[in-house]
Amino acid sequence: MEQNNRKAWLYLLPAIAFLGVFMVYPLVDVLVYSFEERFNFASQTYTGVGWYNYAHVLRDPYFLQAVKNTFILVIITVPLSTGLALLISLGLNSIKPLRQAYQTVFFLPYVTNTLAVGLVFMILFKKTAYSDGMINLLIEAFGGEAVDFIDGPYWAKMLVMCLYTVWVVMPFKILILTSALASVNQDYYKAARVDGTSKWRIFTRITLPMISPMIFYLVITGFIGAFKAYSDEVAIFGTDLNVAGMNTIVGYVYDMLYGNSGGYPSYASAAALILFVIVFTITVINLMISKKAT
Amino acid sequence: MKVVLQHLTKRFPNRNKKGPDVIAVNDFTFEIPDGKLIGLLGPSGCGKSTTLNLISGLEAPTSGQIFFGDDDVTKLPPENRGVGLVFQNYALYPHLTVRQNILFPLQNLKGEQKLSKEVMLRKAEEAARLVQIEPLLDRKPSEMSGGQQQRVAIARALVKMPRVLLLDEPLSNLDARLRLQTREEIRRIQRETGITTIFVTHDQEEAMSISDLIVVMKEGVVHQIGKPQDVYDHPVNLFVAKFLGTPPINVFHGSVRSGVLMLGDDAILRVKGVDDREVYVGIRPEGFILDENGPLCCRTRAVEVMGRDTSVVSAHPAAVSETIRSIIPSEDRVEVGKDQVRFAVKPFKLHLFDAQTEESIPFEAV
Repeated sequence: MEQNNRKAWLYLLPAIAFLGVFMVYPLVDVLVYSFEERFNFASQTYTGVGWYNYAHVLRDPYFLQAVKNTFILVIITVPLSTGLALLISLGLNSIKPLRQAYQTVFFLPYVTNTLAVGLVFMILFKKTAYSDGMINLLIEAFGGEAVDFIDGPYWAKMLVMCLYTVWVVMPFKILILTSALASVNQDYYKAARVDGTSKWRIFTRITLPMISPMIFYLVITGFIGAFKAYSDEVAIFGTDLNVAGMNTIVGYVYDMLYGNSGGYPSYASAAALILFVIVFTITVINLMISKKAT
Repeated sequence: MKVVLQHLTKRFPNRNKKGPDVIAVNDFTFEIPDGKLIGLLGPSGCGKSTTLNLISGLEAPTSGQIFFGDDDVTKLPPENRGVGLVFQNYALYPHLTVRQNILFPLQNLKGEQKLSKEVMLRKAEEAARLVQIEPLLDRKPSEMSGGQQQRVAIARALVKMPRVLLLDEPLSNLDARLRLQTREEIRRIQRETGITTIFVTHDQEEAMSISDLIVVMKEGVVHQIGKPQDVYDHPVNLFVAKFLGTPPINVFHGSVRSGVLMLGDDAILRVKGVDDREVYVGIRPEGFILDENGPLCCRTRAVEVMGRDTSVVSAHPAAVSETIRSIIPSEDRVEVGKDQVRFAVKPFKLHLFDAQTEESIPFEAV
């Protein structure tokens, strides 16, 4: 037994060493940094220990803007993308011809590089010296007034951001939901048909409960993913997100570390831990709801 | 409710697009009498499930008609036919309790048919009582045994009092003991409700034991319809003879020579009314009599003692399969170790079939 235990630890050693160095140690370090006041990276010195960093971050208007942006993004895109993905999956599941073709089309954004997708959105939305962007051309064609979606009003930028996020996260959800729908035993539907169940009732009383574990999975991972949004913002608004007013919490953390105003690992750590607490709380709530529902 | 099938045919397009259509059910004509229990019997892929789907309305026939009583239901969707359907895997909604599952079909009723909550609950409880699962009404399907789940499925199918009850392989997912119990249960429920019931099975024992009539199918074609014992005693062809009975019938190459049935070199029986010809000879396992001077001489392979009776595995040069199996009463002791065993044959347990068409040949034993 003793012998076996030692062997087991030996086999686990590579993974433990790797995780220890690249995960556990940094995590602990972040926690430590977040409580060290005025920590200087170069000299490895600090002036005191306490909640100062948290207080500073929570008073920073850039951080508050980032929190607001992140929350708007999460609240709009998670339900919207999940709902749309469910509709599209139901559609895909009920057609036979061209299903493969449609599936490929819907899955394209997933295999496309974020920045390439960003470029497409630029063409659609960006105002340049030569063109107002395709969407604006459309708006003008219908007699509307052009809007600057990239450097214009906040709502326009947020609209583009939400559209972009929904478009990027949807393929994975469609993939999961189509396979979840396909795995529901057809006998349930046959039984329901023989009993004269209406389409809506079949959907709400049979289909939805059957795939609910997958929907909860998508909502939970969707929340987590949306709270961590950053690269999508960069793809559209560039790296200076604070100026664009479109920063996210992860973006704020990055800026505090490496941005033009960076070099504050303590603030970055505090912000990262605040994000962690938010995501953790929301996930626990999600899990509690999903446990209750199933 | 009597069910009439007229020239019912169902073709499916071939998976290989260039291939010919697959004919799942071919020109099925049959009148199912009111209030009977009918077993649709056949090997996998013989079209018995398709027949059931056609009757339920889940599939539309390529041609032919279906009547429930005098109503032509061929074009009606399933929900307007008044059928109850029970599936092999029960298809109980796992997220609903037993009560909710049984209530489900009632809650679908709309307009004039709509029932009050009290009536629905009472009907659900009646159905539960019928299948004897009342104490389990608040359980989820996953908290029940397979047999109990199957009862719930039957209760759900019965709660609307369908005109016809259809059971698709209702016992296949149950273990042997539960299968025996549940099939008697199905018989009892059918008797109590008097609902015309059609059930599909590939297990001939199951079909024989509880059906009023059995329909033997193969490759979409009905081979024989009749009372279980009649079909067993008078199979119309070699397929039906081989399909019914466990252990299966023993088949030999034989020939009739001037009124004597020959199996290889053994003259088994004098038969009247058969010309000289090559035949298949089928002998039921219980058709052998241990007889030291019997005409059929076999090499013993093994003797299996079953208690109630003894099963003798032996070989005969004219047999189609490598070994033949005979079942004899355990009072007749077979001497183990002796390499030869001789049998006489009970004529009414012996069947002749044409060597080419495999159709049954009538004969009279002398």
